[in-house]
Amino acid sequence: MIPGEFIYHRPSSVAEAVAILANHGEEARPLSGGHSLIPMMKLRMAAPEHLVDLGGIADLKGISEDGDMISIGAMTTQHELIASDLLGSKLPIIRETSQLIADPQIRYVGTLGGNVANGDPGNDMPALMQCLNASYVLTGPEGDREVSARDFYEAAYFTKLAPEEILTAIRIPVLPAGHGYAYEKLKRKVGDYATAAAAVVLTMSGGSVSFCAIALTNVADTPLFAVEAGDILTGSTLDAETVKRAVAAAEAITEPASDGRGPAEYRTKMAGVMVQRALARAAERAKG
Amino acid sequence: MNDLTPTREQREAALEGMGCKRKRVEDVRFTQGKGQYVDDVKLPGMVFGDFVRSPYAHAKVTKIDATEALKLPGVIAVLTAEDLKGVNLAWMPTLAGDVQMVLADGKVLYQNQEVAFVVAENRYIADDAIQLVEVEYEELPVIVDPFKSMDPDAPVLRPDLEGKTEGAHGPRKHHNHIFTWEVGDKDETARAFDEADVTIKEKISYHRTHPSPLETCQCIASMDKVKGELTIWGTFQAPHVIRTVASLLSTIPEHKIHVVAPDIGGGFGNKVGAYPGYICSIVASIVTGVPVKWVEDRMENLSTTSFARDYHMTAEIAAKSDGTVTGLKVHVLADHGGFDACADPSKWPAGFFNIVTGSYDFPVAHLEVDGVYTNKAPGGVAYRCSFRVTEAAYCIERAMDILAQKLGMDPADLRMKNFVKPEQFPYQSALGWEYDSGDYHTAMQKVMDTIGYRELRAEQKAKQEAFKRGETREIMGIGISFFTEIVGAGPSKNCDILGVAMFDSAEIRVHPTGSVISRMGTKSQGQGHETTWAQIIATEIGIPAADIMVEEGNTDTAPYGLGTYGSRSTPVAGAAIALAARKIRNKAQMIAAHMLEVSEYDLDWDVDGFQVKGNPQARKSMKEIAWAAYHAPPPGMEPGLEAVSYYDPPNMTYPFGAYFCVMDIDVDTGVAKTRRFYALDDCGTRINPMIIEGQVHGGLTEAFAIAMGQEIRYDEIGNVLGASFMDFFLPTAVETPHWETDYTVTPSPHHPIGAKGVGESPNVGGVPAFSNAVNDAFQFLGSTHIQMPHDAWRLWQVAKDLGVHG
Ligand SMILES: Cc1cc2nc3c(=O)[nH]c(=O)nc-3n(C[C@H](O)[C@H](O)[C@H](O)COP(=O)(O)OP(=O)(O)OC[C@H]3O[C@@H](n4cnc5c(N)ncnc54)[C@H](O)[C@@H]3O)c2cc1C
Repeated sequence: MIPGEFIYHRPSSVAEAVAILANHGEEARPLSGGHSLIPMMKLRMAAPEHLVDLGGIADLKGISEDGDMISIGAMTTQHELIASDLLGSKLPIIRETSQLIADPQIRYVGTLGGNVANGDPGNDMPALMQCLNASYVLTGPEGDREVSARDFYEAAYFTKLAPEEILTAIRIPVLPAGHGYAYEKLKRKVGDYATAAAAVVLTMSGGSVSFCAIALTNVADTPLFAVEAGDILTGSTLDAETVKRAVAAAEAITEPASDGRGPAEYRTKMAGVMVQRALARAAERAKG
Repeated sequence: MNDLTPTREQREAALEGMGCKRKRVEDVRFTQGKGQYVDDVKLPGMVFGDFVRSPYAHAKVTKIDATEALKLPGVIAVLTAEDLKGVNLAWMPTLAGDVQMVLADGKVLYQNQEVAFVVAENRYIADDAIQLVEVEYEELPVIVDPFKSMDPDAPVLRPDLEGKTEGAHGPRKHHNHIFTWEVGDKDETARAFDEADVTIKEKISYHRTHPSPLETCQCIASMDKVKGELTIWGTFQAPHVIRTVASLLSTIPEHKIHVVAPDIGGGFGNKVGAYPGYICSIVASIVTGVPVKWVEDRMENLSTTSFARDYHMTAEIAAKSDGTVTGLKVHVLADHGGFDACADPSKWPAGFFNIVTGSYDFPVAHLEVDGVYTNKAPGGVAYRCSFRVTEAAYCIERAMDILAQKLGMDPADLRMKNFVKPEQFPYQSALGWEYDSGDYHTAMQKVMDTIGYRELRAEQKAKQEAFKRGETREIMGIGISFFTEIVGAGPSKNCDILGVAMFDSAEIRVHPTGSVISRMGTKSQGQGHETTWAQIIATEIGIPAADIMVEEGNTDTAPYGLGTYGSRSTPVAGAAIALAARKIRNKAQMIAAHMLEVSEYDLDWDVDGFQVKGNPQARKSMKEIAWAAYHAPPPGMEPGLEAVSYYDPPNMTYPFGAYFCVMDIDVDTGVAKTRRFYALDDCGTRINPMIIEGQVHGGLTEAFAIAMGQEIRYDEIGNVLGASFMDFFLPTAVETPHWETDYTVTPSPHHPIGAKGVGESPNVGGVPAFSNAVNDAFQFLGSTHIQMPHDAWRLWQVAKDLGVHG
C-alpha cells in the first residue's frame, strides 16, 4: 500500500500542464482529487513517474450557464456540484447523483473531471453524462476538441483521452423545465461503487412520454447508454407492459463482472430493477 | 454535622464507583488524536521491515534471489527461511500445539504467506525492494473446500507432518487431518434419537471472516546488544505471554525482555497470537542491532493474520412431539487453514464449543469436531467471543428455530419450554460445563413484552398474506436469539496457554496522599479498563476513581497476566482487582483501629472510610488512613499501603441474553432492512452501564456485519477475494441499525463482585438473531435454512430459487 516513486508538478495554467504531459507522454498523469488515482498508485496498479496536479489552475473551476448549455470546469468538486443552486434548479439529477457518490470527505476533494476522465465503469458520473448527452472538452497541444460522453468510453480505463490531453470542461445541454429525473443506485454500503445504477431523464406531455434517456452504471466495462430502452418508452404512457420491455432491453445490453457485489446475473437483474424504479420516480417528478 | 458535611449519598457519588455511568477517561486522549499507538513510536535509527508474499495458495518455492533487491540503495537485509534456520526460528510453535512457518520453508500453503522479510531504511524503499526479490514457484494442487481435505487422493499439504499419526490432540486419521475432539455420551445420545418423536438435521455453516480492528498488527523490536536486552513494542492483547514466548524462542532470559503494549486500536482476537512479523522484526533487530518496525497494511491484515470461524456444523436435535428436547448431536468440520494456529487454551482444540447445548436443558448430547488443513491462512481466533462460543451459539440458535419450524411451534415458545430453569442452577450441562447462574425465563419474557412479540407475529402473518396476494414485494422476519456465553478463561484446572495457567492479576498501590496507581495483567484495546478498573477499586477502598491511575501493557511494571480476550478481563482480572483492594481495606481497617484507639472489630466500613460502631462521628477516611500508613503505622506493622492479587477463578461465568431482531426484506433486490433490534443482556453486576452499552453497540455492529455480508472469500485456486475494505463489509453509521438495549442482573455467585463480562455477548448473540430473522422471513415460502452471510445478492438468489421472481 505504498506508491512507487514519482515527481510532482503543480502548473498554474492549462497550457503549462499540457506541456508537461506532452513532454512525458505515457509516464505522466494528471492529478485532480486523487481519490481514484492515489488508491491505484498505492496498489501499484498505476505507477506514473510524473504527477501533474491540476489543483493550481484557476481556469478549471466553476459552473456557468451559456444559453441552453451549462459548462462545468473539470476541477469542480462533487461537493460543489451538490452546493450549486444553478445545477439544483436546472439539472437536479446531478445533485441527486453526487449525493450517492462515496461520502462527504471524498466529495470535498473528488472532482467531476476526474470522475468522468478516470474511465472506471464504477464511477457514477459517466453514465449520468451519457444520459444528459454531455460532451467533454479535451485540451491538448493542438487546442480544444469536444467529444460526446456517449462516444468517450472504450473499455475499462480506456477512453478517447490522449495522454497529452486534459479534460478541461464538461458541457451539458439544459433540459426543459418540468422534466422528470432519477438516479437509482444499489450499493452495499456508503462508499461502495454501484452493484448497478440507472440514470433516467424524461419529459411527459399529455400523459405520455415525449422524451426519455436512460444510462447504466457499473454493469459493463464502460457506462452504457441504453438507447433502445429509451426509444421503447418514448411515446408510451409508461404502462407496465412497455416498461417491462424497456427493462428487458436495458438488461440485454449489460455485461457485468461477477464480484463481491454479486454474480453477473444478479447485477444484470439489478440494472433492470434500478431502471424500473428510476422510471417510476422520474415519472412522478415530471410535470406535463 | 453542619450543612457542608457531605451526605452518604454525596460521598458515594464522589467516588464514581461501581454502577456509575462514568465517562471513559481514556477518551480524552483518543478523541483528540493523542493516543500513543505502536506506529506513533519512533526510535532513533529505526528501520523498517516488510514482506515478500506468495501470490500462490499452494506451491513449492524453488528459488529466492534477493540480489537485485539488495542492490537498491537503502536496503539493509533480506531474510529468508534459510537465514532463520541459523537461529532455529524458521518455524515457530502455535498456541494450538502445531508448528508454523515463519518464512516459507520450501513451500507455501496459502496466498500472501510470508516468503522473505526485507529490511530497509524506510517503508518506501522496503516496498520498492519487495518488487525486486525474485521468487520462483512451482504450483501445486490447491484445497479450498475443507470437505475435500480428507479425500483419499487429496494433496499432502504438510509434508513436515508426514507419517505423524499422533497430533497435539490425539490421533490423526488422514494426512490433512489435525485432530478429532469428542465430548459427550455417544450411545445415550443415539438412544435419545432412536426414541425421539421428532428429529431435525441441518448443515449450518459459519463462514470465514476476520476481526479487522482499525489498527492492524504491528511491532517494533529493539535489541540492545550491549545490555543483551530486547524491547518489543507491539499490538499485543497478551503482553506477558508474548514475553514468555519470545524468551522461549529466542533464548534471551525473560528478565531481559521488555514488552510494551501501548494504546491499541481494537483487537477482537486479532492481536492474541504471535505472527511472523514479530519474529522477523526481532531477528532483524538482533542481526542489525537497530530497532526494526513492522506494520501490516490492511490487505495483509485481512488475508494473513488470524481469520475467524470457518466452522461447518451438522446439528441434529431429538425432541418429543410437545417440543421437549431430548438429545443433541453435533459434528463440526473445522477449517484451520495451512497451520493450526487457533488461539484457544492449550487443551481445547475447538475452544469451548461444547457450550453448544446453549440455554436449553438437553439431557444428553454428543459432539465431535474434526479439524483439517486447507490452503488458506491460519488463525481461527475468537473474533469478539470466547473461544468458538459464537459458532456454538449460532449452531444451537439456528437449530432450535429449525426444530420449531418442523414442530409448527412458535420459536419463542419452544425456547421457553426448554430453558434451563432458575432452580436448576448451578446447572450441569450434558457436555460438561457447570453454568453458575441464570434466569432465562425472566429475561425472555421481558423482551417479548417490551417489543410486543405476539403483535409482531400477527403483523407478519398479515404481511405474508398480502405478499401472497401480490400486494407487496417485502417480507418480514422476526429473529430470536437466546444465548448463553461462557467466559472468564479460566480456572487452572482446565485452562492454560503453553502451560501457563490462565489466572490474572492486579497490583494496587495507595500513595501517602491517598491517590492510587494500579496495574493489571490485562490489556485494554478499547474496552475502557482505565475507567472501569478504577471504579471497582473506588468502591472497594473508598478512594475516588478520579484519583486512581490504571496502567496496563508494560511487562516490567504490571504483574503477570494472561491478557485481554474471551471476555476474561472482568471475570478474572476484575476479581483480582477486587481482592487486591480488599487486602488494602483490611490493612486500612487495622490502621484505622489504631488511629481511633478501638478494636478493628468495632469498626464499620462506610463508603470511603471506617467509623466506630454506634458512633459514626468517630471516623477515619481512606485519605487519612493512607497518610497514616506512611507517616505513623501501628507499632509492629509494615508501613505502606499496597497489595497484589493473583486470581485463579473457581469456574467460568455464564452471561446470557435475549436478542430480538425485526427485519424487512425486498425480494426483488435482496436488500434487508433491520427495522428493530432489541438486546437484553445479563452480565451480572454492572460496573459501568454506559461502557456496557457501548460494548453492546460495538458488538452488535460487528454481529450485523458478519451476518449480513462480512466474509473472507476464496476462489477455487485459493486466491483470497475481498481482502480490502472496498469489499470486506465494515458497516458505517448509515448502514448500522438502531440498537435498543436492556438488562437483567443475575450476579455470578462465585465472583467477588458478581460480574460476568459483556464485551463479547453482543457478537455471540447478535449473529443468530440476524440470521434467524432472515430465515424466519423466508420460512413461509418453503425454506428451512439459508447459509450466511446474508448479503443482498445471496438473499435475492434465495428468493429466486424459491420461485418468488415469477
Ligand atoms: C472510498 C471511495 C469510494 C468512492 N465511491 C465512489 C462512488 O460511489 N462513485 C463514484 O463515481 N466515485 C467514487 N469514488 C471515486 C471518487 O469519486 C473520485 O474522486 C473520482 O472517481 C475521481 O476524481 P478525482 O478528482 O479524485 O480524480 P483523480 O483520482 O485525481 O484522477 C482519476 C483519473 O483521471 C485522470 N484525470 C483526473 N483529472 C483529469 C483531467 N482533468 N483530465 C484528464 N485526466 C484526468 C487521472 O490521471 C486519473 O487517471 C470513490 C472513491 C473512494 C476513495
